[in-house]
This record gives sequence, C-alpha cells and structure tokens, in this order.
Amino acid sequence: MIKAILIFNNHGKPRLSKFYEHYNEDTEQQIIRETFHLVSKRDENVCNFLEGGMLIGGSDYKLIYRHYATLYFVFCVDSSESELGILDLIQVFVETLDKCFENVCELDLIFHVDKVHNILAEMVMGGMVLETNMNEIITQVDAQNKMEKSEVMCFVTFINQCPCLDICSMQGHCFAFHTASASR
Amino acid sequence: MPAVSKGDGMRGLAVFISDIRNCKSKEAEIKRINKELANIRSKFKGDKALDGYSKKKYVCKLLFIFLLGHDIDFGHMEAVNLLSSNKYTEKQIGYLFISVLVNSNSELIRLINNAIKNDLSSRNPTFMCLALHCIANVGSREMAEAFASEIPRILVAGDTMDSVKQSAALCLLRLYKTSPDLVLMGEWTSRVVHLLNDQHMGVVTAAISLITCLSQKNPDEFKTCVSLAVSRLSRIVSSASTDLQDYTYYFVPAPWLSCKLLRLLQCYPPPEDGAVKGRLVECLETILNKAQEPPKSKKVQHSNAKNAILFEAISLIIHYDSEPNLLVRACNQLGQFLQHRETNLRYLALESMCTLASSEFSHEAVKTHIETVINALKTERDVSVRQRAADLLYAMCDRSNAKQIVAEMLSYLETADYSIREEMVLKVAILAEKYAVDYSWYVDTILNLIRIAGDYVSEEVWYRVIQIVINRDDVQGYAAKTVFEALQAPACHENMVKVGGYILGEFGNLIAGDPRSSPLVQFNLLHSKFHLCSVPTRALLLSAYIKFINLFPETKATIQEVLRCDSQIRNSDVELQQRAVEYLKLSSIASTDVLATVLEEMPPFPERESSILAKLKKKKGPGAVSVTELEDSKREGGELNGGGDRGPDTAAMAASNASTPSPSADLLGIRSAAPVGAAPASAGSLLVDVFSEAGPIAPSAAVNDDGFLRFVCKNNGVLFENQLLQIGIKSEYRQNLGRMYLFYGNKTSVQFASFTTTVSCPGELQSHILSMHLCTKPVEPLVEGGAQIQQVLNIECLTDFSDAPLLNIKFRYGGALQNLTLKLPVTINKFFQPTEMTSSDFFQRWKQLSQPQQEAQKIFKANHSMDTEVLKAKLLGLGTALLDNVDPNPENYVCAGVIQTKGQQVGCLLRLEPNAQAQMYRLTLRCSKDSVSRRLCELLAEQF
Repeated sequence: MIKAILIFNNHGKPRLSKFYEHYNEDTEQQIIRETFHLVSKRDENVCNFLEGGMLIGGSDYKLIYRHYATLYFVFCVDSSESELGILDLIQVFVETLDKCFENVCELDLIFHVDKVHNILAEMVMGGMVLETNMNEIITQVDAQNKMEKSEVMCFVTFINQCPCLDICSMQGHCFAFHTASASR
Repeated sequence: MPAVSKGDGMRGLAVFISDIRNCKSKEAEIKRINKELANIRSKFKGDKALDGYSKKKYVCKLLFIFLLGHDIDFGHMEAVNLLSSNKYTEKQIGYLFISVLVNSNSELIRLINNAIKNDLSSRNPTFMCLALHCIANVGSREMAEAFASEIPRILVAGDTMDSVKQSAALCLLRLYKTSPDLVLMGEWTSRVVHLLNDQHMGVVTAAISLITCLSQKNPDEFKTCVSLAVSRLSRIVSSASTDLQDYTYYFVPAPWLSCKLLRLLQCYPPPEDGAVKGRLVECLETILNKAQEPPKSKKVQHSNAKNAILFEAISLIIHYDSEPNLLVRACNQLGQFLQHRETNLRYLALESMCTLASSEFSHEAVKTHIETVINALKTERDVSVRQRAADLLYAMCDRSNAKQIVAEMLSYLETADYSIREEMVLKVAILAEKYAVDYSWYVDTILNLIRIAGDYVSEEVWYRVIQIVINRDDVQGYAAKTVFEALQAPACHENMVKVGGYILGEFGNLIAGDPRSSPLVQFNLLHSKFHLCSVPTRALLLSAYIKFINLFPETKATIQEVLRCDSQIRNSDVELQQRAVEYLKLSSIASTDVLATVLEEMPPFPERESSILAKLKKKKGPGAVSVTELEDSKREGGELNGGGDRGPDTAAMAASNASTPSPSADLLGIRSAAPVGAAPASAGSLLVDVFSEAGPIAPSAAVNDDGFLRFVCKNNGVLFENQLLQIGIKSEYRQNLGRMYLFYGNKTSVQFASFTTTVSCPGELQSHILSMHLCTKPVEPLVEGGAQIQQVLNIECLTDFSDAPLLNIKFRYGGALQNLTLKLPVTINKFFQPTEMTSSDFFQRWKQLSQPQQEAQKIFKANHSMDTEVLKAKLLGLGTALLDNVDPNPENYVCAGVIQTKGQQVGCLLRLEPNAQAQMYRLTLRCSKDSVSRRLCELLAEQF
C-alpha cells in the first residue's frame, strides 16, 4: 500500500502532499520535513530506495523517490509494493502531468494544486493503484475538463481579458521535464 | 491539446498565490495568510449568500494555505455544501477539500454521508467516482457502517461502468482494511474473483489489490483466484508487446499488473493442479528468458519495468522454494545484477539474495557470490546498498566461510556508518559464536570486536563471551592470556576492562606462572585502568581484587592497602564504599578455607538460547533470523555448552540489589531476587503442590468468573460476595513470582463446617505445561460466624498461559453443602515489568514485531467511561509503563512492558486508540510471542 505521496522542491517547499493514512496536521508537516531531509542529502547516483523516517514508520516502509530538476517525487510504500513498479508509477504520474500541462513545470503544480490532485486521484485511490494506463488517465481528466469548461466559460473569458497576470514571467524556476532523459 | 489549459482558473486564487510567493520573509507570509483567512472567514460568515464560484475559490485558497502547513479550522461546512451542488467543478472541489482535510466531526460526517449517498445513487459515473474516492480517502468507521453493504453491489453489478467498478473495488478494499468486521463476505465474493478475467485491464488492476488483500485474510475462500491469476499472467507474459496497447509500458506488456499477479500468487502454496502449475512454471521460465534477451529499448523505463516483473517472479520462486532448477536460475540472474551498473538493481539483488540464502536448494549457489558481496561492502558508495550487503553476508555465512566473513565484517566495522554499527557488532558476535570451531578464534574475535567498536558492544555481547569462557575449561587459559595482552594497550575500551577484570579474577592463576604476567603484574595492570572507569566497572574490579586475594595470597597486602585507602573505603558512592569495606573485612577476618569457599570459581552457566541472538531478533524483528537459523543456534549452543541469560554482572552487582550483610552472596552469584518465591521455611512441610494432587476437580456449579475480569488491572479487592461468604484478594507480583492472599469472610452468624479450598489448573495449564506453579497452604476447616480466615498462595509463572487457575470452595452451612468455583484472577499481565522507552525506541521495536501473528488487534465499543485519568489508571494497573510523547496522536495511549516467566521474557507493546465520538476503541498489541498478544488482547478488550 502507498502510505503517502509527497512532492517538494529542492528547498523542501511542499508542492503536493497526499496521505492515505490519517495523521494530524503537525505530524504531516513533520513527515514532509523529515522526508525532505532524508532524500535531499542523497547523491544523484545512489539508489532510489531508502528506509522511511521514524515518523512514517521506519524500516517497515520504503521511500521510493525520483528527482526531476527542481522537484522530488516521493512515494512512501509498505513491503507489499514492488520497488521498481513504484518507480515506473512515478514516471507515469510525471508523464501524465507533462501531457496534461504541456511541459509541466513547478509553477503548474503551485497554481493548479486541485488539478494535480485530480490527476493523482485517477491513478491512486486510498493508497492503492487504480489505473496505470496513461491514455486512460488522460481521457478521464479530459472528460472532467470538458465538463468544467462548459461550467466556467464565463470566468475564463473574464480571466483572459485581464492582462495583469502573466504567469510565465512571474517566477523563474520552470523545470522543463525531459521525460525521456529525466534523471532516473 | 493539453488537458489542463493554463489560462483558466480563478484569478483571485492566482493573485493570492503569487502574493504569497512574493513574500520576502516568513513573517510577511504569515501576515498575508492571516489576512486572507480573515477575509475568507468574513465572507463565509457574511450575510450575502456566496455563489458556487466564490465558494470554490475560497476553498481552493484554504487548500493552498493548508499545504503550506497552516491549520485550517473552518470552511468545512462550506465544503460540505459544495457537495450537493449540481455543478461538477463545485462538487469536485468540495470532495477534494474533505479528502485532504479529513475531519472527524460526526455532525459533518453525517452530512457528507448524505451527499455521498445521493451521488452513489445518481447513476452519473463521474459523480459516483467522486463519492467512492471520498469514501476511500476518509475511510472512517461511520462511512463503513453506511456503505459497506452498498459498495459490493456496485462492484459486481452488470451495468456498472468500468471506471466506477475500478473505484468501487479500491473503495471496498479500503473499508475492508479499516473495518473488516463490517464488510461481510457474501454472494459477491465469488464474483469478485472473476474480475481477474475482466476484459478491461484497468478493472483487473484495481480488483487485484482487493483480491490480494481478501486472499491474505481468507485464503480458502479465494483459492479459485490462483488458476485465474495464472491464466491471466500467462496471457500477458506470452503476448506480443503490442497486444495490450495502452497497457504496454515502454515495450513491456502490463508490467504493473504482472507484478501484482505474481504477488497474489505469493499468498498461496504452489498450485496443486498439474496443468496450472505447468503453465505457471512456463511463465516463470519465460520471464527469466526475457531477461537474457537484448533490450527492446535503451530507455531506463524499459529495463525498469522488465526487471520489476523479474524480481517479483524471483520472489515467487523463492516463496515456492520447491523448484531447484528455477531457484538456481534465479540465483544466477541475481548474481548478474550484483554487478550491474544500476545501483537500484544491485540493491534489489542483494535484498532478494538474502531470502534465497535460506533455501537449502540455493544456499550453495548464493555462496559462490561471496567475493562480489564482500566487494560491495567495501566499495559501494550508497549506505543503503552496503547495509544490504552486510545483511547478505550474514545470511550466507556457514561453517565453511565463517572465518572469512567474520574477518571482512570486522574490518568493515572500522569504517562502518554509525547507524549500523551496533547491529553489525551483534551479527559478528553471533556468527563468531555459532561457527566457532576453536574457541581461541572466538575469544580473539570478540576481543577484536571490543577493541574496534567498543562503544557499540552491548552488555549481552560481553556477558556472552564470559559465559562461554566460564563454561569451557579448554579456552580459559587462552582467554586469560589474550585479555592480559589486550589490556596492555595504552587506551583500551571500558568493556575490555570489564571482560579483563572478570576473566583475570577467575582465571588469572592460569597465566601466573609466566613472570611477565605474575599476579602482581596482573593486578597492577588492572588497577592502572581503575581510575578511568565508571562506577559499575570499578565495582566489578573490586570484586576481581578480592578474588585475587584468594587466588594469589601474595597479593593480599597490596590489595588490602588499595582497599583501605580513603578513595575506596570512603568513596562517596555507596556501592563502592560498601564493597571496599566488606572485602577488606572479609580478607582480614575469614580463614583461608572460608575465603576459598566464598570466592570459589564461578559455576558453569545454565544452557540457554544465546542472549545476543535474542537481542538481534529484538532489533531486527524475527523476520531477520530465519527459523533454521534458530534451530541451528540451539544445536550449536549445545556444542558450546553455552551460558544463560544471566549476565556475569549479577554476581558482581548482587550486593547492590540485595545489600546482603555478607559479601559472599556477591561472589557466589546468588541471585538476590525471589524473596517472594522462597517459601517460608517453617511452612515447608505444609506446602502442597497442587499438581501432585492431580485429583479430578469435584464437579461443581458453573465457574463463576464475574469477578475475574475486574482484577486484570488491579490487584486488590473483593473477588466474590454472596449472602454467606465474601472473598477478598490482595496480591503482589514481582518478576515471575507472585503471592496472593485470600480472605474468606463468613458473613453469617453460623459456623461453616468442613471448609476446604482447592486450587487447580484446568486444561492446558495442567496437561500441557505447568505454566504456573501454585503453592497453597490449607485453611482451617472451621470458620466461625463473622470470622475471617486467610490463605496464602505462592505463584510462579513458568511460561505464558491463558487459562486461569480455579479456586474451588466447599463448606457446610447449616447442614447444606455449599460448592463454589471461582476463577482466580491470575492473568499473564501480572508478570509485567514496565519498560520505559523513547518514542524512537518504541517505534523501532514496534516495527520489529511485524509478523502478522505477533499482532493482535481488536476494535470494540467502550463499556466504561472514556475519561483520560480512568484510562491511565487502568493502563498503569495493567503493569506496563505508560509512555508519554510517543504516539504522534496525543489522544492515543502506548505502553510497553516485559512479561517475566521462568523460561523467557516476552516483550509487549500496546497501543490503545480511543475514538470518543464513536465511543469505540482500537486496541493493538504486539508481543514477541503470539500467544501472549492474543491473550492480552482478549483480556484487555473487556477492560475499557
């Protein structure tokens, strides 16, 4: 079972946290910090698995992570999951994000947390994997998007008329994914 | 077209987020957030009704604030309102909020449940999926109560959409995990298994997780899944890489599903049906063959996916442990991976090989990789990988390679990471003992261990070397010589001084012939370390000195002088002072004969399981030490004539525990314990061993156990009362011994005649093992009206037990025979010793007790007040230590203790999670012995 999915950037700022087991808010934040601490001090060419921090359950749980440019994607899983399988799953998740956001970057995750949650929900549910087929996931997300479009049409036009918000120029750290050559 | 276009969304939200991101300091950020929170709060509270869009916007802002680590204590109601919206966007954000910020507010849960109910019956697949997701994410008991019967229907209904089926399967799994008692097996179960045949791979993917979990809990009921899983797997494995289209991942057909299928098969033994088995073996062979084929793509994702399946296949082969041919192939494959340039593969190969090493078919094959593994230990840059290499070396060690492996591990210790040193030390100590062919090698190894990593050598390790030296006379001289040499190093570890002091004190005479190690030289060498040592070591050295006086009369004057000097005889430490005074007196008053008797050489230690092994098991959990290994160690232990758990310090320290008037107890190693167990001498002849009576219990009225459960958490009180008789109990327990006082009060004004009481141990207690050794003193046959008589019961717990002894009372009251049988409240928890530990220790041990049978769990309704103080009092009464600040949730209680029986100690960890709203508890116990977990769980479930 997947116990938690965390995304944070190179400075430890959380970009997404999804816990499939209940913790109180403070513990969740501590877990994120602890996990960042464990993962960020590792070299680039060591293995992608390590034992979980004490808060999340120590050696019973493995942290399986991938580092893409400015972001760490960390899955905390128990022994019932295949390590390499989870690595693939992370890759599917990232590739899906990349397709949905068109060259996804850290900013997309910041400004569209709800969308990221939606995409993740199509893959993982209650800590178990729901779907691994990227096209299927994207079809679902597309369908939702269409529904949304039809509902919020008026607001979109409103936004588009408003020139003051140029998202791309706002912040520097775009992390272009090159999924093919992404660091393992 | 991208699925999410970047322009749309909510402007207010984007502005807020960029504001936050532009904040220069944490303070500014907090200020901005507080401003926003105030704004949202006022909007929510305001008179003006908010439209769906605004609600959505504010809820999104709250989500963002929550992600930054700020508490959100409002907005829940607004989120719930969004659930009943007809608009997908609003509904969706409402569900998201609830999933992320689960709230156990029961008022709200009811409202949420209502909304979910509506969505589930809406027949709109999108809404149904949202609702199912919400149930799976929250997974609370209330939700299970509301939906546990509905979801299986949705799952197996013929007209359910595939995407809904997927969600329903995982939703049901979640409910089954949180509230297994509410998910009832039924007609749907057989149909669930057939989802493995579903055309839609996504449905199979979701369903297989559910089926795996159900199979683990009810293997027989789901047995049919084996053949279905094999045929599905075979279809995937043999398919061309394009057959499965979207489920083909970098040219590998359905890797995730293949892994899951292989995992499912690991829940069962090899299939009995020859055809199924043949098909499966074929699959496994194909998977192994594919590993040798050239890759279809250079991308790392391709090899990753391929190897994920390969590792699961190997796990299954190891799990079956019945196909020598496949096992050897698996081992060769792993051998290739050991030298692979991918660190991940090296890591996983080492991990898998560890399990392979315990199979008799492949142990030899694993051993051929020893050089590679040693090399990994030396050169790997990644500590996770080095750790696995050390584990594997330990697993592959046997008599033929022990010397090499131990030497390598020792040399690795010098540079090992601090985090794994203690475990390494234990492993070296165990291997050295287990495979010792000659004891000089063993002694050398342990002394080296102390020299290299003295700080990490736990007491168990140096106790053990002393036990073995004491028990083996052929190694004593060598040991004395070696420690003497080791002590000559200018700086040596305190543990070395302890071993040196003890061994020279016992066997210094064996090397005294050599003028280079004459008695005085030995003494001076020991004494030169004295001032650098801690109090316990000094105490041990003082004992060694008095032993010297006995061994070498010529050192008497020198030693007496040392003892007499102010720094000893007036030492501010009571223990040291007492020893100095007593030893000084003993040496000057006692005759040589007395001295020789008192200071005689230590008798051999009783043979028991190695205490080090026990410690490693405690550290690593039983999984780390395979069963064969345990049996091995017993056998080897026999050869070694191994010592017991009793550390040599019991001898040295006895004085402090018992503060015996005579120092002789100190040196003879008489345990100070057992003041309770020792029967009073005068009563000796009256002691009746109830087991020797062995007469069948007189048939009597049904056993009355009303009082029994009230005494689980307390020791004193009234056990039974009727119009005639009142029985009170007072009891005290220490370690594995107990004493119970029974008070029989005659409530009438008439005499009871022929009053007899018998204590018996029913069933297993009697026939199987004498778990408790009860001694009772018979009572007077006449009990006058209004009088009270007393009876004493001595109890010794030999092993753990679950039945309770029965107390049968017979007497005549006014001519009528009264016959009464009561359960005596002697429960296993009475023999608890509280154990204090820190949070990290607690969780570490918790994890180590991870085998399913070691855990017992119960969820039950509260029968008594859930008041904190009442609960605390009960948990303390249980005998365990109540640990504060351990559980991340302050509402929960965790306790730790060790049950002391004569034969062994059973470590127990307890966690009690109250849910005040539901008036329920969840109780989880993990003990190093499974029968104890179960029994404690039964006992305790009735207490709260």
